[in-house]
Amino acid sequence: MTFLSGIAASNGIAIAKAYRLVEPDLSFEQKTIDDAAAEVERFRQAMNKSKAELEVIRDRAKVDLGEDKAAIFEAHLLVLSDPELNTPIEDKITSENVNAESALKETADMFVMMFEQMDNEYMKERAADIRDVTKRVLSHLLGVQIVNPSMIAEEVIIVAEDLTPSDTAQLNRQFVKGFTTNIGGRTSHSAIMARSLEIPAVVGTKTATEAINNGDFVIVDGLKGEVHINPTPELVEQYRKIHDEYEVQKAEWAKLVNEPTVSADGQHVELVANIGTPNDLKGVIANGGEGVGLYRTEFLYMGRDQLPTEEEQFVAYKAVLEGMTGKPVVVRTLDIGGDKELPYLELPKEMNPFLGFRAIRLCLEEQGIFRTQLRALLRASIYGNLKIMFPMIATLDEFRAAKAILEEEKQKLLAEGQKVAEKIELGIMVEIPSTAILADQFAKEVDFFSIGTNDLIQYTMAADRMNQRVSYLYQPYSPSILRLVKMVIDASHVEGKWTGMCGEMAGDETAIPILLGLGLDEFSMSATSILKARSLIRNLKKSDMEKLAIEVLNMQTTAQVIEAVNLATKL
Amino acid sequence: MAEKQFKVIAETGIHARPATLLVQTASKFDSEINLEFKGKKVNLKSIMGVMSLGIGQGADIKITAEGSDADHALNSLEETLKKEGLAE
Repeated sequence: MTFLSGIAASNGIAIAKAYRLVEPDLSFEQKTIDDAAAEVERFRQAMNKSKAELEVIRDRAKVDLGEDKAAIFEAHLLVLSDPELNTPIEDKITSENVNAESALKETADMFVMMFEQMDNEYMKERAADIRDVTKRVLSHLLGVQIVNPSMIAEEVIIVAEDLTPSDTAQLNRQFVKGFTTNIGGRTSHSAIMARSLEIPAVVGTKTATEAINNGDFVIVDGLKGEVHINPTPELVEQYRKIHDEYEVQKAEWAKLVNEPTVSADGQHVELVANIGTPNDLKGVIANGGEGVGLYRTEFLYMGRDQLPTEEEQFVAYKAVLEGMTGKPVVVRTLDIGGDKELPYLELPKEMNPFLGFRAIRLCLEEQGIFRTQLRALLRASIYGNLKIMFPMIATLDEFRAAKAILEEEKQKLLAEGQKVAEKIELGIMVEIPSTAILADQFAKEVDFFSIGTNDLIQYTMAADRMNQRVSYLYQPYSPSILRLVKMVIDASHVEGKWTGMCGEMAGDETAIPILLGLGLDEFSMSATSILKARSLIRNLKKSDMEKLAIEVLNMQTTAQVIEAVNLATKL
Repeated sequence: MAEKQFKVIAETGIHARPATLLVQTASKFDSEINLEFKGKKVNLKSIMGVMSLGIGQGADIKITAEGSDADHALNSLEETLKKEGLAE
């Protein structure tokens, strides 16, 4: 029995067999063969096995993911039947007496190179299709198992180096009970995804893929951040108990679904959810969210090869607004750049992407993209309670420019005879220290603030949040961060406006008491954190937390702050 | 040999799904079928061949077919192109 420790990324306990989502070893040697006819036959058999496998995957994808996503496998199947690929390979085997592996690899590489050299981004991506198909055929020639996450048909725990958005899209929720990865932190994509899928996850274990074999029995403890490999029956028993207790606890929280979020002394705050797609609404409603505090529209733009049209966006925004039946929905305009790339925009690589051309900076320059999104939003505004928020605002001029463009599009739509909601609140993300510091001036012009803590912390601490070696500087409870948060909240209240928070910090048990004390109006978090947060707030007196807040603002270190919170909230 | 000229009207050109459809249709026939664009000729039964042409909106293309079912093949391909709004 072995044990790994990592970062608890998503709550809960999962117990199941391991499924390694790891690239298999496809290395081989070039060999001369004696019987070319037999080798051609071996190649054809590998092709046929690959085709049969792809047909199954395609059919399953059609059911699980829709025709659209299944089309990629249709294309893969055609590559396998392509005479321009097969004939040269078979010719090579026969005329040069080389093994099928070499003939396949050399021929496919030629096509990969040809596609990669094209100046069209779409064509370049086709190179990846050919590589994918080649890998599949190679795996059959070599007799090794290739990973097919969409083929999983029993309960498993996924073990991987990291999980990308496309990996997670292929995972079948019915069977994936939890996952553990080598890298990542609480704010990495894999962690956010795990919370939105409501499956336990432990990330950043460093060695999960080395320590865990396919079929190992694994416990993922997403509460403590531990992974147990082939545990003793006693430990399994113990964990079944923890699992059951956690379920009881969840059932207890579930009773709060329709309860208001009020502190023990009767003060109301709003608990809302962060979402990425209209599909996430189910979770928001099931967890009693009082609205959407952050709709990350980037997902509409990702995993495709061209910009979404106005109509596509309109459909998505309308679905979210209608789904929330009049409850507030804060939509963040496109926040691309930094760690979120869109290959088809062909933006140049930057030395410092987090400090570079991203979010509103890009939108104000590439106005076509921005205007399309704003039009879609304005048209959808009549279907619910829409609030629009601009990301990465550093100066008032940026906000004014963005607002002016929005106003222009609104006038155009009205002139076209389209309907637009009369009042749409307009706010900004506060994630750059310059904006937090000048919040009193911003508050005169914006309708609300939403503090994006993940970025605010990295910019204030000058610590790249993707860099593990400086991750100790990710300190949400640092008095310096708390002071900035206070400045923003106070500035908004002076002008009769409100402040929300949509970073990880808003759902954090240690931060919530302080934020309540600082007067935060709206807490936006993963839907699955809402009920727990509601339960916590109902047990806290706001007046006590106000005293706590004053105390911690004048402390020197993060450790002191955590200690003070623990002391003040001990029941 | 049968041949026909078309003008591509699809906004995305002959990429992805349209290319898949054309190759699937062509593959049903015994005839040798080729696609010509800007002086380059590729096997229309080859997905990689078709995509390598990078055919965009407004392109003038020519399809040729030679063999026992050449006419039938050409009619079928024309039907696919028109039904899918790819070319006229």
